[in-house]
Amino acid sequence: MPIMTPEKTQYSLGSVAQIPLGEGRNFQIGGTEIAVFHTRQGVFATQAECPHRHGPLADGLVGGTQVTCPFHAWKFDLTTGEPLMGQCALQTYPVRLTDSGDIELTFLGEAAHFVS
Amino acid sequence: MSDKQKLVVIGNGMAGARTVEEILARGGGEQFDITMFGDEPYGNYNRILLSNVLNGTQDPADIFLNPLEWYTENDVTLHAPARVTQIDRARKEVRSNDGQVTPYDKLLIATGSRPFVPPMEGLQGPEGEDKHGVFVFRTIDDCHKIAGYANKCRKAAVIGGGLLGLEAARGLLNYGVEVHVIHLAPWLMNNQLDAQGGKILTSIMQKMGVHVHLEKATAAVLGDDSVTGLQFKDGATLDCDMVIISTGITPNNELARDCGLTVERAIVTDNQMRSVDDPNIYVVGECAQHRGRVYGLVAPLWEQGQALADHITGRNENAAYHGSKIATKLKVMGVELASMGVTEASDERDEVVIFSEPKRGTYKKLIIRDGILIGAMMLGDLNKVAYLMQAFDRGTPLPEERLSLLFDIGAPSVEATMLEMPDTAQICNCNGVSKGQIRKCVEGGKRSLKMVMEATRAGMGCGSCKKLVSEVVEWAAEGQVEEDPSIHYYVPGVALIKSELVEAIMAQGLKSVSSVFETLAHGVEDAGSKMGLASLLKSLWGAEYEDERDARYINDRVHANIQKDKTFSVIPRIYGGVTTADDLIKIGQVAKKYDVPMVKFTGGQRIDLLGITKENLPKVWKDLGMPSGHAYAKSFRTCKTCVGTDFCRYGVGDSTGLGIKIEKRFQGIESPGKMKLATAGCPRNCSEAMVKDLGAVAVEGGNWEIYIGGAAGAHIRKGDILCIVDSHDAVLQIMGRFMQYYIENAKYLERTYGFVERVGMDKIRSIVVDDSEGIAARLDASIQASVDAYVDPWLEADTPATANQFISTLPVLQA
Ligand SMILES: Cc1cc2nc3c(=O)[nH]c(=O)nc-3n(C[C@H](O)[C@H](O)[C@H](O)COP(=O)(O)OP(=O)(O)OC[C@H]3O[C@@H](n4cnc5c(N)ncnc54)[C@H](O)[C@@H]3O)c2cc1C
Ligand code: HEM
Ligand code: SF4
Ligand code: SF4
Ligand code: FES
Repeated sequence: MPIMTPEKTQYSLGSVAQIPLGEGRNFQIGGTEIAVFHTRQGVFATQAECPHRHGPLADGLVGGTQVTCPFHAWKFDLTTGEPLMGQCALQTYPVRLTDSGDIELTFLGEAAHFVS
Repeated sequence: MSDKQKLVVIGNGMAGARTVEEILARGGGEQFDITMFGDEPYGNYNRILLSNVLNGTQDPADIFLNPLEWYTENDVTLHAPARVTQIDRARKEVRSNDGQVTPYDKLLIATGSRPFVPPMEGLQGPEGEDKHGVFVFRTIDDCHKIAGYANKCRKAAVIGGGLLGLEAARGLLNYGVEVHVIHLAPWLMNNQLDAQGGKILTSIMQKMGVHVHLEKATAAVLGDDSVTGLQFKDGATLDCDMVIISTGITPNNELARDCGLTVERAIVTDNQMRSVDDPNIYVVGECAQHRGRVYGLVAPLWEQGQALADHITGRNENAAYHGSKIATKLKVMGVELASMGVTEASDERDEVVIFSEPKRGTYKKLIIRDGILIGAMMLGDLNKVAYLMQAFDRGTPLPEERLSLLFDIGAPSVEATMLEMPDTAQICNCNGVSKGQIRKCVEGGKRSLKMVMEATRAGMGCGSCKKLVSEVVEWAAEGQVEEDPSIHYYVPGVALIKSELVEAIMAQGLKSVSSVFETLAHGVEDAGSKMGLASLLKSLWGAEYEDERDARYINDRVHANIQKDKTFSVIPRIYGGVTTADDLIKIGQVAKKYDVPMVKFTGGQRIDLLGITKENLPKVWKDLGMPSGHAYAKSFRTCKTCVGTDFCRYGVGDSTGLGIKIEKRFQGIESPGKMKLATAGCPRNCSEAMVKDLGAVAVEGGNWEIYIGGAAGAHIRKGDILCIVDSHDAVLQIMGRFMQYYIENAKYLERTYGFVERVGMDKIRSIVVDDSEGIAARLDASIQASVDAYVDPWLEADTPATANQFISTLPVLQA
């Protein structure tokens, strides 16, 4: 069982320039890997692995606010995590850019996200 | 609270979802709040196409009929995966295994059926768990499990030689396993074929590579926790490491039986498709029994769904379903087989018309009673099937001239047949689409086959009616059929064909992928178009191209091929497949230093180091000190060679020397599809040069035959001879010119085998060899420019192209 970290926690992930425009990179927070995408429409954060066969989503191709998994081309909406072909959704995390161009992620702790 | 009635649907399969569509189409959305329960974790998909998914001709993603958005858009609440466990008719509610209790006013049971597994020993392992390697074939999940397991197997048995068993057997062949079909009856598909037809089918399946065992009853599955074989009742055994059981289906009746509805073979219904015991409960699909019949095909359930929808919405209180006549088609690549009605004459009045040509696998048999078709089977040639299915379904009298029923001889023209055909005639049996629906769709402005197919779904099932659909479209469009423009776009996200796109790019000076989306696609970036655009821009602008790394597939961002565990494979360039002791030692040392899990020779005469992490890529390249082998890119890949005149007793030309020159010249040249090359020192063709994208084969007299358009991957094609030349330099020149012509004119991802067939050898030869368009010098200059611009991508080990190019996970600096 993951440990509950109940209070809302902000993480500063450093400058957005670490992620080339249009690409994604992973960040590890506690036991959770999170993919952060630097798109032309803004920054987005989702779970790192594709729910299909663990494809690395950060290595996928981004189009607008969608990402295509590099393994078998499942597609997801980065804003909501919704799948575009009718399978499992991605966990998304609130993320924003500060005025100085830093990525700020809100992470509620591992357990709190998985209500099921 | 809404004053709508609550309609609850159990089962989100082909019948349930289609019936809900029919209800919505009749304005049912205003009358009902609709809730659906589906046991499978997906939207509704086309189950009959699973055979294609298994045999690899269709992607699972393409078989969805109702993706999840459909439910939201139509205000249908879908609970999936959620299994209904109980119907409480007294309280009018259903309970499901996700803990919900859902009230209903009207209930629709569409639970379908599940595979029937006959009793036999050894289905379970020692702890009572399912034995590894035993499968059924009904759902997407089954399909994936079979595919995943088959990859590890040598020999598979399919129990059951019916329609589904044979489709599964054919699918398994694609996984490189030896396939055995075990069948109880004396011939295959004994429900649809007579003995003679069954015999011909058996020999067709055998030719395809499937082993057929007839009149064999399976007694036990052998093996402790994984399958190792089958034991038959006659004492014989068969070794195998997986089994697919395909011996029929059992309707999912339990819910209905437990709540007291009449269930015989399936849930008994009246003509309005209601349970005979409860007017608020409707039943549709494979779990319904109507007038004593239970169907196991999709066509009947479309008709059931229409009658049901008319009735439940009050559109037509008298709507009734009267039963269906069914025809089946085997969806096995390379076998044309359709069957309908009875298989044997059973009455003195019955007239039997037979044509049989076993050697060619052709067999046609009609059974006619009082001038009406009551049964037909067609094997090997389906030309007349569409007509026969119509005649069978409607019971229309057949023409006196029986011969024309079997063959296309002086048959009535398409126009005449179309005029005669009533609007209600069903054209697509898989998706239940009538001639009238297609006509209306065309009259509504959809004038291309593709648009009509997408709008009506006609022809999107087993595909056997496609020809008929296109005939109806042509007839209804009165010759004004349009081709769907989007099939000609270079990439899906920019609405221009290649020549228009090139013109717009040049005219507006667009040098980056993002500027193309900005200017030519209303600013909408499409992931599926990025790689194609990048490839085109690079070929158009050369060094001026503004490279945006996000437009590249991951392999091209890090110059290595991604593997299923997120590691990469590294293949250094070995010109012509000729290496040295020093290079081999170096490769060996690197493999040891990085603990490389697999070192493997590739099909292209290279050495592959598999299992390298992204972070280690630059280090491995530096330690190797060899250029990239480009084994990941849409580009010139490799030139295989044979030992030719250097050592071979038969060699008549220096194939090794030529191969090395070719590879040094064209390494890294990017192209719409990959280009694999080879050179052979004589027509014995040891390096397989005749089945390469480009190949050169030495022939007597110091000459070289140049082959193009060969393939020996998923698609196999012998290359065509482009021309014969007399020197290495001439080979290099002609090959380069063809490459440039291909780069400029092929569609993205179009391999040379497709390109050569599309453009035609005569045209290619006249341009590339005879310079009929006067562009040869320009082609030569362009390819030379690309050759000159070549830079080894592995140099990025020292000078990364982007921030964190080789890093997957970045550190979190501050919490
Ligand atoms: C590989 C394959 C190939 C086929 N090829 C053809 C063909 O070429 N031509 C043809 O006409 N037919 C073909 N068929 C048959 C055709 O697919 C079926 O006749 C059709 O799918 C039946 O539709 P249905 O809705 O009754 O059942 P299904 O499509 O099976 O749908 C029933 C759904 O209900 C769900 N369900 C069951 N119980 C519950 C519950 N208690 N709670 C919630 N959900 C539940 C099930 O999980 C399932 O998703 C083929 C079938 C297979 C498997
Ligand atoms: C319904 C949505 C699904 C789609 C669209 C889909 C798509 C795909 C595709 C395109 C492939 C690559 C196949 C190939 O290259 O031959 C694949 C492979 C695979 N999928 Fe899925 N898949 C789906 C559901 C599933 C499910 C539910 C499972 C697990 C039960 C699964 C397990 C696998 C496995 C194990 C492989 C690798 C097969 C192998 O190793 O041969 N998939 N999938
Ligand atoms: S290497 Fe090629 S043939 Fe082998 S499993 Fe992968 S795709 Fe299939
Ligand atoms: S293709 Fe001819 S020359 Fe080359 S190895 Fe084979 S036999 Fe020898
Ligand atoms: S792992 Fe992402 S699509 Fe298969």
